[in-house]
Amino acid sequence: MKTNREFEHFVAPVEETPLLATDAVKVDDAPLSLWADAWRKLRRRPLFIISAVMIALIIVVAVFPGLFTQVAPDNGCELANSNGAPTEGHPLGFTFQGCDIYSRIIHGTQASLMVGVFSVISVLIIGVTLGALAGFFGGWVDTVIARLGDIFFALPIVLGALVLTQLPLMRENRGVWTVVLVLVVLGWPQMARITRGAVIEVRNADFVTAARSLGVSRIGSLVSHVLPNALAPIIVLATMELGVFIVAEATLSFLGIGMPGSVMSWGNDISAAQSSIRTNPAVLLYPATALSITVLSFIMLGDALRDALDPKSRQR
Amino acid sequence: MIQFILRRLLQVIPVFLGTTLLVYFMVFALPGDPIRALFGDRPPSEAVIAQLRQQYNLDQPFWVQYGLFLKNLFTFNLGVDFTGQPIAATLARVFPVTAMLAIEALIIQGVFGIAFGLVAGLRKGGIFDSTVLVLSLVVIAIPTFVLGFALQLLIGVQLGWAKPTVGSNVTWGSLILPAVVLGMVSFAYVLRLTRASVIENMNADYVRTATAKGLARRQVVTTHVLRNSLIPVITYLGASLGGLMGGAIVTEAIFNVPGVGQKLYQAILRSEGPTVVAIVSVLVLVFVLANLLVDLLYAWLDPRIRYEN
Amino acid sequence: MTTSDVTIQEAGTTADRPLLEIRDLAISFKTGSGEVQAVRNAHLTIMPGETVAIVGESGSGKSTTALAAIGLLPGNGRIAGGQILLDGEDISHASEKRMIELRGNTIGMVPQDPMSNLNPVWKIGDQVKETLKANGRPSGPDDVAKVLAQAGLPDAARRAKQYPHEFSGGMRQRALIAIGLSCQPRLLIADEPTSALDVTVQRQILDHLEKMTSELGTSVLLITHDLGLAAERADKVVVMYRGNVVEAGPSLELLQNPQHPYTQRLVASAPSLASRRIQVAKELGVTTNELLAPAEAAVVAPAQTEDVLQIQNLSKVFKLRSGFGKSTDFTAVDDVSFNVKRGTTTAIVGESGSGKSTVAQMVLNLLEPTSGKIVFDGVDTSALNTKEIFAFRRRVQPIFQDPYGSLDPMYNIYRTIEEPLRVHKIGDKASREKKVRELLDQVSLPQSTMQRYPNELSGGQRQRVAIARALALDPEVIICDEAVSALDVLVQAQVLNLLAELQSRLGLTYLFITHDLAVVRQIADHVCVMEKGKLVETGSTDDVFDAPQRDYTKALLNAIPGARLMLPPEVA
Repeated sequence: MKTNREFEHFVAPVEETPLLATDAVKVDDAPLSLWADAWRKLRRRPLFIISAVMIALIIVVAVFPGLFTQVAPDNGCELANSNGAPTEGHPLGFTFQGCDIYSRIIHGTQASLMVGVFSVISVLIIGVTLGALAGFFGGWVDTVIARLGDIFFALPIVLGALVLTQLPLMRENRGVWTVVLVLVVLGWPQMARITRGAVIEVRNADFVTAARSLGVSRIGSLVSHVLPNALAPIIVLATMELGVFIVAEATLSFLGIGMPGSVMSWGNDISAAQSSIRTNPAVLLYPATALSITVLSFIMLGDALRDALDPKSRQR
Repeated sequence: MIQFILRRLLQVIPVFLGTTLLVYFMVFALPGDPIRALFGDRPPSEAVIAQLRQQYNLDQPFWVQYGLFLKNLFTFNLGVDFTGQPIAATLARVFPVTAMLAIEALIIQGVFGIAFGLVAGLRKGGIFDSTVLVLSLVVIAIPTFVLGFALQLLIGVQLGWAKPTVGSNVTWGSLILPAVVLGMVSFAYVLRLTRASVIENMNADYVRTATAKGLARRQVVTTHVLRNSLIPVITYLGASLGGLMGGAIVTEAIFNVPGVGQKLYQAILRSEGPTVVAIVSVLVLVFVLANLLVDLLYAWLDPRIRYEN
Repeated sequence: MTTSDVTIQEAGTTADRPLLEIRDLAISFKTGSGEVQAVRNAHLTIMPGETVAIVGESGSGKSTTALAAIGLLPGNGRIAGGQILLDGEDISHASEKRMIELRGNTIGMVPQDPMSNLNPVWKIGDQVKETLKANGRPSGPDDVAKVLAQAGLPDAARRAKQYPHEFSGGMRQRALIAIGLSCQPRLLIADEPTSALDVTVQRQILDHLEKMTSELGTSVLLITHDLGLAAERADKVVVMYRGNVVEAGPSLELLQNPQHPYTQRLVASAPSLASRRIQVAKELGVTTNELLAPAEAAVVAPAQTEDVLQIQNLSKVFKLRSGFGKSTDFTAVDDVSFNVKRGTTTAIVGESGSGKSTVAQMVLNLLEPTSGKIVFDGVDTSALNTKEIFAFRRRVQPIFQDPYGSLDPMYNIYRTIEEPLRVHKIGDKASREKKVRELLDQVSLPQSTMQRYPNELSGGQRQRVAIARALALDPEVIICDEAVSALDVLVQAQVLNLLAELQSRLGLTYLFITHDLAVVRQIADHVCVMEKGKLVETGSTDDVFDAPQRDYTKALLNAIPGARLMLPPEVA
């Protein structure tokens, strides 16, 4: 609505807000890729530093258990030491079988970590490939892969593992690899879903269309432009799944369908501790703590990565 | 809306068929004598073998076998276990127990998860928020069976606040401790989901507009932030119901709860293949139906979903 | 200073006292790198019944100032100094309780984006009702329907029972206007109320808003980036730049006699004003060459006989799934034919859903036409094999709208511009680097930009990188799909000038897809107007603007803000 009022005409002195060149490029600070930017944020997060140090330590323990204990974990168990209290050279005491708890924890790291790492690598290969194809091409490819994923997804992990491990083939060859196989068969749909979602979010971006109109092929644009931009949620999930798979292995071993008793793993130790838990909680407590700290480290790392890689927290 | 329900039903059917087919295929169609495989190292009597051959129609072609298996599943004609007990009767006995346990766990994780998540989200960056965030990670990292043993030992044995095991006399009260253990991991997820969702909605444009209308903060939070934030949380809670029932195996084993999980666990230890297949198939059915219900709930809560393809 | 002091100072009849007076307002935001001043020394005065517009580019502090007036600064912002006097009462540090009292029935707000400002899970009627209720007004179904009907929503009683997603953008904005004015506030803050809408809808909504506020005697604080729109709708315009008020005064006077260099720049660059100036100049019979972008005038010379692109009876039909395997046909482009002469600029103009971008996709050979032909340099492009398409891509390149989406965030600028050279295996590493440097020079970016990533550049700079990438293969035709629509006015003018300069230097042909007729007037030689998939009018820019033949074209032209302004043909 216009009125007929008279207004004064105010002009601010130019010195107060000097004109800048329109859209000038800042030339001072160093160039920063998204990964460098994420790294800069991560470096300052205590959550990240703690979990990274822990994971590094766990990896060293898994690869070189001999550095941490001279006591043999499996032979030399003396029933005389059954449920024994800590003594010189055996800081955490003994199991029901009279084995050194500390040594078993150190030597059990390898199996638990191996299951986690190999499962995650396999899930990444299968899940990312299928998820990326489904998300990028859509249509019937998407329908088939999504439905296939739903079928496996409908099996809760413990249930599915129960059925899978009952198969004659699996029962006869129980070991690290059967556990990995079970976890991969039941775990890939989650990874495929996340990848599919991330790819769909990126595939229609203008920079992908621009690449296509430059003459880049469809598969070429998927590999060089879409996937690198869909990587953040995949990395976060993979880190967290590592922890989840380690727990799953322990749970399966606890139920007696995971690793065979001959393999030294935290899950087997916790499972074996059930019988003597009320007389000697230490048998349960120490391997359980080792397990929980390992899992926590990976989950914390995943959480820190999620925050750092979150596109919403990026500048502009 | 009716079209939406029909479409969702049509999507559920192939999943259910696929999953049961997968289970059935793995047990009955892989190399080896399926009947002997079902019993592992424990050879059953000839009478039982004959009974099972008939039960699973093993003289028929595979697809007919599977079809008859489905028919039996839907008519609860689940056969007998190796002691001659009908499996359907066993299921009717153990299923309500696990349902009670799962519902109790659902309520615990829902009420506490939403409450803690809401407070943390509304006071983002505060002391409560930071503490709860780290603690929730710790909870996620502790395996259910470790937590189960720890709480059993602490609360059940040492403090004596609750019975360490449930036993055959199941009441809502006696299930509290197992329900807490069962719902703990999901509780952490519910909390984190609620928090993230509340924070996102607090920054939504329509929340600012609601404030600009002159609504008091409490009103803005209850009508605009809470309802919108709860949509993904309720979806998650619903979806976790199936998982809780399937995941109750560990909890039931620790606390000696006579539910589906314990039955299943015993069946595995005793290599009772037919019981395992029957229970898993029924649980898959529950899981799939729970997810269908969640989808309908979602559509009811979020009007936008009903119209999307 | 206390409230009573102010009241004494401003004593007099209420009509003489400003409804809103902002004095020396300073607003700062807490960020990761310390406190940042967003607004300094802002001041403005709104008398009862008056409309005042704040104009500025993004980041100028215009929205922040307005939000401070209704106490809705984001959590990390605070008022660091100055006063906001509402009818004599300083509300800059008022309690939340007082602000809740004021919001709704004394100060109303119409927000910018109609898509995100209505809660998707509540019915429209409920969202109106809670507003009435919170401000102690009758809130029965009839009252709700009345409020919606006043905002120009047809069939209001039925519409009130629908959810936001069942409304079009324009309808939603009407609902938001209804909510903002439902309690008859004395002051309405309208933050870019129509910038998310199509131009013709924009005009209707602004007309209606103007009618309603003048009937109710409401004062309006209008926030906009469009100087033409501000001048047309407001009594007074306040120009903000980098957090400061640099100039304020009566609308027309500000346009005719801008004093501050920033305002002068703005007046010279705003497309709506430039377009209006050309129009006025024509009516007065002044030659207009100097009003066009610099290179535009020069390019008239060459013999532009050859048609580089011929679009013949082009159609595109999409199959839309409508559940249960059924599908309905949706004709996005319907029998469109036009030619593009080499070395000229042809604009395709239309509102959202007109099919203009679909045409661009087909010309780029990214989408297959349902029927019709696209003939490029004498060859039908639909008949090309893979190898020929690869060669075709060298000659026709796109520039897209969204400057934040058109560059891969993982690629630095060097890799971005080098990619087309690498894909087409042109030159070796050293020669490619040389070419990238040349291209950066051509788009006036420093060569050091090479090492940077897109997230470090502004929208205009990214768009210049996109231009450099498009030029890397020395194409003949460039398809600009809304290439400047997302940019601030001055940056937009800068990029348009760059495009014009490159055209005259390199003899490029542009196909310019846009919704903004004002921009078309400045840069295009030919115009094709599209509506709902059909080509409704085509001709030289002068012909279409001077003597539009079709009602739709006339409506579009009328919708350019500032069409009613009388501007001097000369430019400062």
